[in-house]
Amino acid sequence: MDTCIEKIRAIARDLLEKGTVEKVLGFADGTIPMATSPIAITSKEDVDKLTFTSTCGLNLANYASKEKGKIAVIAKGCDSRNLVTHIVENQVQRDNLYIIGVPCTGMVDKVKVASAIEGEISGFEEDGDTLKVTSSLQTLTVDKNDVLKDNCRYCTHRNPVLYDELASDLVEEQELDNPFPDVDAIEALDPEAKWQHFQDLTQNCIRCYACRNACPLCYCPTCFVDESGPQWVGKGQNKTDVDTFHFLRAFHCAGRCTDCGACVEACPMGINVRDFTRKLNKDALDMFGWEAGLDITKRPPLDAYSPEDPNDFIK
Amino acid sequence: MGNLLEHMGIEKDRVHFSWISSAEATKFVDVVREISEKVKALGPNTKFVKDYN
Repeated sequence: MDTCIEKIRAIARDLLEKGTVEKVLGFADGTIPMATSPIAITSKEDVDKLTFTSTCGLNLANYASKEKGKIAVIAKGCDSRNLVTHIVENQVQRDNLYIIGVPCTGMVDKVKVASAIEGEISGFEEDGDTLKVTSSLQTLTVDKNDVLKDNCRYCTHRNPVLYDELASDLVEEQELDNPFPDVDAIEALDPEAKWQHFQDLTQNCIRCYACRNACPLCYCPTCFVDESGPQWVGKGQNKTDVDTFHFLRAFHCAGRCTDCGACVEACPMGINVRDFTRKLNKDALDMFGWEAGLDITKRPPLDAYSPEDPNDFIK
Repeated sequence: MGNLLEHMGIEKDRVHFSWISSAEATKFVDVVREISEKVKALGPNTKFVKDYN
């Protein structure tokens, strides 16, 4: 993916020079290797700060809805689906967006890389699917496909669904026999084992809300967890409150989640919070034939009534 | 929502959904009777319960 950065920079430079957009949202190198972070560029002199590697796992659609005026956004497949969701939910106007689409072959799971190498990572280079990771103790060459983020592994929309310009050629989409093996594994458990699975999953949660903040779907002016009158959920570390937070956060994403994995990417405790939302994505597909963010003309299933809606759950 | 609760380990018969008109007294009785039987069979709920002590 290294090659497309020159193209991204050229597009960004051109857009800023011509005044087509006021800002370009992209990624910049962080202070340590692999820690790329979002950046907003407003002048063409800063365009060289932009970068794009397999460590850009956050979702820039999250920042697009908070901007006024016309902006350009660098969008992977999942990011573009969240931009579609934003347009459908009136969080941003299509006319105010210039989408620089980046066909994506998956992002790297930083935890997997960090646990594969001894010592602290001091360098990260990539050449196609080959990643070279260095620490003070060793140099490791790994195949990107072995350390992909889990959501990228099951991704069937690598190419942007909506874009004004592409930064590289479209890539081949993955054909999966079963896109939800992880959900099936949990579904096969009995209720006690399911409960235990989620108890173990969230036991290290520190309620920092990074998962919520990284999520493009979470744009309520006041989140239910921050509200104090009424207080919907306790704010401490009580396990029931932690569980309630995760349950409700996930449910707010029902029929809207694109499985971009930004929540997991942002979690400092390495909790796979996708275990909650994945179930909802599977249900949306099974019950409504719906995958979020594919079409700006369609309302999400929980937002529209149809006589054909499944209603087996109600007596 | 019921599906996600079930996915998280809440027993299938623990949570019920129904829509009953205020004119449907017999349906109300039937539904409540069915729910109480099913929930009694499961015993007291221990999940999503806050311990205040």
